[in-house]
Amino acid sequence: MSVKIALAGNPNSGKTTLFNALTGSNQFVGNWPGVTVEKKEGKLKGRKDVIITDLPGIYSLSPYTLEEVVARNYLLQERPDAILNIVDGTNIERNLYLSTQLMELGIPVVMAVNMMDLVKKNGDVIHTKELERTLGCPVIEISALKGTGIVEAADMAVKAAESKKEVVPVHQFSDEVEAVLDEIEAMLTSVPESQRRFYAIKLFERDDKISLQQKPDIEELIQKAEEKWDDDSESIITNERYVYISSIIQKCCTKNKQGTLSISDKIDRIVTNRWLALPIFAVVMFIVYYVSVSTVGTIATDWANDGVFGDGWYLFGIGRSAYEEAAEEYEINGMKVDAFIEAAEEDGISVKNIQSVLEETDMDESEMEDAIASFAKKAKNIETAIDLEDEDGNVVETLNVEIEDFETALQAVQEGEPDPADFRVWVPGIPVLLEEALDAVNCAAWLKGLILKGIVAGVGAVLGFVPQMLILFIFLAFLESCGYMSRIAFIMDRIFRKFGLSGKSFIPMLIGTGCGVPGVMASRTIENDRDRKMTIMTTTFIPCSAKLPIIALIAGALFHGAWWVAPSAYFVGIAAIICSGIILKKTKMFAGDPAPFVMELPAYHWPTVTNILRSMWERGWSFIKKAGTVILLSTIIIWFTSNFGFTDGKFGMVEELSDGLLAQIGAFIAPLFAPLGWGDWKSAVAAITGLVAKENVVGTFGILFGFAEVAEDGQEIWTTLASSFTTVAAYSFLVFNLLCAPCFAAIGAIKREMNNAKWTWFAIGYQTIFAYIVSFCIFHIGSLFTTGEFSIFTIMAVCLIAGFIYLLIRPYKEEERLSISSAKV
Amino acid sequence: MKTLREVECGKTVKTVKLHGEGAVKRRIMDMGITKGVEIFVRKVAPLGDPIEVKVRGYELSLRKADAEMIEVQEEY
Repeated sequence: MSVKIALAGNPNSGKTTLFNALTGSNQFVGNWPGVTVEKKEGKLKGRKDVIITDLPGIYSLSPYTLEEVVARNYLLQERPDAILNIVDGTNIERNLYLSTQLMELGIPVVMAVNMMDLVKKNGDVIHTKELERTLGCPVIEISALKGTGIVEAADMAVKAAESKKEVVPVHQFSDEVEAVLDEIEAMLTSVPESQRRFYAIKLFERDDKISLQQKPDIEELIQKAEEKWDDDSESIITNERYVYISSIIQKCCTKNKQGTLSISDKIDRIVTNRWLALPIFAVVMFIVYYVSVSTVGTIATDWANDGVFGDGWYLFGIGRSAYEEAAEEYEINGMKVDAFIEAAEEDGISVKNIQSVLEETDMDESEMEDAIASFAKKAKNIETAIDLEDEDGNVVETLNVEIEDFETALQAVQEGEPDPADFRVWVPGIPVLLEEALDAVNCAAWLKGLILKGIVAGVGAVLGFVPQMLILFIFLAFLESCGYMSRIAFIMDRIFRKFGLSGKSFIPMLIGTGCGVPGVMASRTIENDRDRKMTIMTTTFIPCSAKLPIIALIAGALFHGAWWVAPSAYFVGIAAIICSGIILKKTKMFAGDPAPFVMELPAYHWPTVTNILRSMWERGWSFIKKAGTVILLSTIIIWFTSNFGFTDGKFGMVEELSDGLLAQIGAFIAPLFAPLGWGDWKSAVAAITGLVAKENVVGTFGILFGFAEVAEDGQEIWTTLASSFTTVAAYSFLVFNLLCAPCFAAIGAIKREMNNAKWTWFAIGYQTIFAYIVSFCIFHIGSLFTTGEFSIFTIMAVCLIAGFIYLLIRPYKEEERLSISSAKV
Repeated sequence: MKTLREVECGKTVKTVKLHGEGAVKRRIMDMGITKGVEIFVRKVAPLGDPIEVKVRGYELSLRKADAEMIEVQEEY
C-alpha cells in the first residue's frame, strides 16, 4: 500500500527546491490531464512506497485560475494521505492564507516553515511551538536550500499520512460568521464530518465548481449575511481568514522592527528604477540574445547540425586552423592556375590541352605530362597577377603569377582538395560513419536513402536544436529563479497587455527572431494560460533566421535588393502579432478567461546550480520527447514523397525532385495558391519543403529551376525567378511563407507547449489561414495599384480587409469568471 | 472617495473597502489586500503602469485599473 503525500504551497516559497531535495532523481514530469499545467511526481528518497505529488504553486484554493482548480480537484478527488504545506517564513502572513484553506480539507497537514535561515538573519523570530498549538498541526523549521530539516519534515508527513486520522480544523472566524457556517454545516449530513467545514464555506462563497450530490438551498442565508456585512460572501470569508491570520502572527511572530532596506530591496530600487529599468532590461535582453542566439547558440547549433549530423567536426577545434590554412592555399593555387591560363589564352596560346588536364578527362600520365610541358614551353613569357580579397571585397594583396608559380600551383591543384579528415583531431559526423557502415554491408540504395536522408536527418533536425535550447533554458531558469522574470512582466506589461499578451511574452518573441523553436519553448515561463497560448500562436510570425534567405531571394530577384524589403518583413511579422493578439483576445476561445494582473514580485535571491541545471534538463528533455516524434515523422514523409514517385507507369525511387510524389502533390494543390498570385507548382513545392526548414524554399527553387546547388540567397536563380513572378506576386509569396505554418520543428515545439492536439491544430490552422488572407489582400490590392487590374478578387480583398478591421475594433468585455472545461483529474 | 490609484509613491494608506466583484476582486483579496490592511505604494513601472506596493510584508504589483477598485484612506 503506497502513501500519497501532496506538496502544496505558494509560488516562490521554495517548493521546487524542496521537492527536488525530497525525491532526488526519482521524478516523473508530465501534465495534469487535459491542461497545460505541469504535474510532477516523485518517490521519496529511501522510501519507495511514498509518492510525493508536487501541486502547482498557488496562493489560494479559489476557483479562478487553472492552477488553483487543478490543485483543488486533486486534493478533493484523489484525497492524498497527507499534505506537506511549505510556507515561506520570510513572508509568513500571506503564506498562511493558503494554509488555512488546506486545513479545512480534512486531510492531515504538516507545515514546513521554509527559509528559516533568512528569517533568523533578518533578526525575526517565529515561535513554531506556539504556531503548532494555535494551528493544530505539526510545524517544522526547514531550509530547503541548505537541506536542513527536510528529512524530518518528510518523516512527519509520512507519519501523519500513516495515522489515517481525519482532522477537523481548529481555526475559528468571528462568532457571527461561525454561526452562519454552523447552520450550513448542519444541513450537510451526507458529507463526512471532517469535510463539512470546507463544503460549508465553499457553498457560502457560492463556489460553482464544487460538486455535491445534494446542494442545500442556502441563498437566503447568504443574502442575509451579505446585507449584514455589506460585502459579498466571498469577501466576508477572505476577510475573516486574514483577521484570523493577523491574530496568529501577533502571537507567534516577533518581527525585527528596524526599517532597514534588505539587499533585495536595494537591488530592486536600481533594477526597476523609473529611469534605469528600461536600459537595464535592454542590456539583460541583449546578453540573453547575444549568447543564446548570436554567439554560443549559433556555434552550438552549427556544431550539432554540420558537425555531429553533418560531415564531422574537430574535437575542441584542434586541427581546424591547419585545415582552413590548407583549404585557403588550395583556393589561391586554383586562382593562380585559372588566371595564368586565361592570360595565356588572351596571348593566343592554345589552352585546350592544359584545360583537359585540369578537367581530368581520361588521359594517362605521360599524356598529361606532355600537355603540361608543351603548354609551359609556349607560355614561358606569360605574366599575370591575382588579387586577394577580404570578406568585404577589398583587395588586400596582389600576387604576381609567372611560369614557375603556375607550375607549382598546378602541381598542388592536381594533388586535390585538402580533406578535413586528414587533419587531427577530426571526428566524422554520424551520417558519414553510418554511410560507411551501410556501404560495407552493401545496403540497398533506397534503404540507405531512408536511413541517411530520412531518419538520421530527421533525428538530426530534432537534436540539432537541443544544444542551443539548453543554453537558452539556462538563462530562462536563472531569470526565473532569481526573481527578474517577474520584473520583466512588471516593466513590459503596459505594452503587451494591449494585445492580449503578457510582459513575459517579450522573451519568446525576441528569441523567435533567431529561431522559433526555442522561442516557442520559452513561452513556458508565462503562468497565465491565455497569455501563454496566445504567445505560442504568435511567436513564429516573427521572421526567424531561417526565413532570412527567403527574404534575400525575393528582395534580390524581384526588388533589385531594395533596402525596405527586409525591414518590411519584420514589420509584417510584428503587425501580425499585434493584430492577432487583438483579434484573438476577443474570440470565444480566449475571451472567457479574466486576466487579473495581480502579481507577486518575489525577493531577489541567488539560485542554486542544481535547480537551474535540473530545470534546463527537464525542458530540453520534454522537447526531445514531445516534439521529437512530430519532427521525425514529418521529415521522413517529406523525404519519401520527394524521392519516390511514378515514372514510366511504375512506382519507385526517382532521380529528380520533379518526378517525385511531392511534385505531384505540389501540382495538385497549386491552384489553391493561384488567387495569391503564384499558382505555379514549383512555388507550391517550395512552400511545402519550407515546412522541413524554411531555408529549404531557396534550395528547392534552385533544384526545380535546374541548378544543383545555389548560394544561400539563391543568386543563380534570380533571373529565372524574376521572369516567373510579378513583383506583387513575389511579395505575396514572401509574406505567405513568413506567416504560414512554421517548420516542423516549431510545430513540434507548439505541440509540446500546447500539450493538446486540438490547440496545436488550431494554432497551425490559424497561422496558415491568416497568412493566406494577408497574402491574398496584398496580391489583389497590390495588383490594383501596380497594374490597375480589377476583378471579383479585388472586391473580395476589400471585403476581407473590412472584416479584418471590424474584428480589430469590435468591442468586447472580459468576463469575470473563469470558465475551465473542468477535466477529471 | 480616494482610491489606491491616486496615491503618490512613498505614501502609506489604509484600505477602507474593496469595490467590484468576481475574479479580480477575489484575487486582490487572496493576495492580502483586505479591509483595514496597510499598503505602502513603492513605485510606478517605467512605462507608467502597473504600480508596486508593499502589503503584509511583501511586494505586489497591480495595474492601475485594478487599483481603482481599492478604496483607501490616508494615515495621519
